[in-house]
Amino acid sequence: MGKTNLLLNDGQLLLLLLRRSKSSSFLQLNFRQSKAKMRPILMKGHERPLTFLKYNRDGDLLFSCAKDHTPTVWFADNGERLGTYAGHNGAVWCCDVSRDSTRLITGSADQSAKLWDVQSGTQLFTFSFDSPARAVDFAVGDKLAVITTDPFMGLTSAIHVKRIAADPDDQVGDSVLVLKGPQGRINRAVWGPLNKTIISAGEDAVVRIWDTETGKLLQENDKEVGHKKTVTSLAKSTDGSHFLTGSLDKSAKLWDSRSLTLIKTYFTERPVNAVAMSPLLNHVVLGGGQDASAVTTTDHRAGKFEAKFYDKILQEEIGGVKGHFGPINALAFNPDGKSFSSGGEDGYVRLHHFDPDYFKIPSI
Amino acid sequence: MFLLGFCHYIRQEHKPLVFIDHRHRIMALERPGSAQKQPSKLRWGELDEDDGEDLDFLLPPRQVIGPDNNGIKKVIEYKFNDDGHKVKITTTTRVRKLAKARFSKRAIERRAWAKFGDAVHEDVGSRLTMVSTEEILLERPRAPGSKGEEKAAGDALGQLGKGGAVLMVCRTCGKKGDHWTSRCPYKDLAPPTESFVDKPPGSDTVVASGGTKGAYVPPSMRAGAERPAGSDMRRRNEENSVRVTNLSEDTREPDLLELFRTFGPVSRVYVAIDQKTGVSRGFGFVNFVSKEDAERAIMKLNGYGYDNLILRVEWATPRAN
Repeated sequence: MGKTNLLLNDGQLLLLLLRRSKSSSFLQLNFRQSKAKMRPILMKGHERPLTFLKYNRDGDLLFSCAKDHTPTVWFADNGERLGTYAGHNGAVWCCDVSRDSTRLITGSADQSAKLWDVQSGTQLFTFSFDSPARAVDFAVGDKLAVITTDPFMGLTSAIHVKRIAADPDDQVGDSVLVLKGPQGRINRAVWGPLNKTIISAGEDAVVRIWDTETGKLLQENDKEVGHKKTVTSLAKSTDGSHFLTGSLDKSAKLWDSRSLTLIKTYFTERPVNAVAMSPLLNHVVLGGGQDASAVTTTDHRAGKFEAKFYDKILQEEIGGVKGHFGPINALAFNPDGKSFSSGGEDGYVRLHHFDPDYFKIPSI
Repeated sequence: MFLLGFCHYIRQEHKPLVFIDHRHRIMALERPGSAQKQPSKLRWGELDEDDGEDLDFLLPPRQVIGPDNNGIKKVIEYKFNDDGHKVKITTTTRVRKLAKARFSKRAIERRAWAKFGDAVHEDVGSRLTMVSTEEILLERPRAPGSKGEEKAAGDALGQLGKGGAVLMVCRTCGKKGDHWTSRCPYKDLAPPTESFVDKPPGSDTVVASGGTKGAYVPPSMRAGAERPAGSDMRRRNEENSVRVTNLSEDTREPDLLELFRTFGPVSRVYVAIDQKTGVSRGFGFVNFVSKEDAERAIMKLNGYGYDNLILRVEWATPRAN
């Protein structure tokens, strides 16, 4: 139902809203009865702040990246550690796993991106760059990967497209395409629908869509409605039709992947470091908190380190999940929509399996 | 008869990492010609390994009954024990389905993957994965759908405030006309009302310099250091000190002096000002020369309406510590 709602025009949405407000007393009653309780699993495998979390497609493995040098894989149901990927020599910023859960790609501040065998933890290939690698993303089909590099020592930031060979022995490090242009760091770059485009966002607060054939910049978001500060995170919906960006301007915005039109904006009272979208319900989760450097000087209650749940369509806050001692840097939803995990500056991954009551939260 | 513990690990979706211990296994030793029961400690893992002699063909085959509607499953086995007696072992197990977990074939294969990297040499005691001891609620700020009403109510109050009938002052953060105390966004930050801070900020410049040997004392507070002339004024160690709370933010020291001097000579007036914002923090201190005057002031002014607020006036007793 949610996907169709997104396509409604304003008038129809208003009607829905009106219909809903009439039955609000019922909804409130329902709300009091249901209290979603969770006993999260805490995973303390990293010694430094978490940077990124990723589930594989089947939702049984959870990959975590942190500023320590070893990405880790966990069983997503009970939080047991399966293994670590040793080899990077700097903070690991991002990772992605292939659809068949055999290959892992990681981007690190040691100026490299590495391909790994998921099962054994062995390094298959290293892409070397002249500046730290930031975002990585496999294309649909896992034959291509996009890797972004940071501006560094006079070099500008860039988006590299690499071909991923089926056999790691045939792997080469050459870039198929290099995109340049945006000022400042590119914090996230993902593939658009049918691998035809690459969507990037970063420090200059502009969301861009690039053509993967020609390497041309196709679209930039409307300055009027766009983010005002650094875009920190970007999450695609399951079907890739829309995506969510989180920014330090204390808001998150939902965009159409093809037309780059702004669909929704979610305002919060904290800088947003991480965003996630539920694949099951019309919920978006925003994580963040004040800057890590300000944490020690302010009251912990003011830090606002909860993961905030918003109704995707009504843009209304529906709940918060507390627990972290520092800002949330990473969020990921299990592809089945029944659990989510958050990674914080405190070095913990918290794996939350939703209570049945969560699924009773009224939604339009 | 003796009981044998057995552990089933059943994957459950909402409470992972839970080992459900179904101790419903009952084992009966039946020994022909002997009524004596031998309590021996067998480990269930050993059961299969004890058949050293090749007499097993003499034993009746293993029987499995159930599981029935209640989930009770019985397994009857026969074996020889150490003394060469034939033993019938009946194992009763309750099978319970706890949760449906759908796993792809691939995911089940992955379950059996060997650990690698740091996970290989993991200490048992390292406890990397723990289940939170506290339950985390999905806290909801308000019932969904009630946003509109709340806003309407807020507007109505806002209108009142604009009309001048009610002056909207937040007692927590001291903001005027913006919100009510109950809706203060900085509510969390406010100190609890009962444990109100006795000392105004900056007043605690008097540190017991003696006694705490080894503790760091800033140079300005060391014995013999020159103190700025103002610091004496800000000290609140004189007697007959009266604490006034719930002051409006407009109230300044001269206003307070005006109010209290009618009771007798006042030696000091202090209103706490937030150093960052420069706004009054809503409390102050008045020192009287004589105790009787202070007493009378407290009698008269406690509960007195001043600038739309009800004053609280009391002895500024030093905190008991």
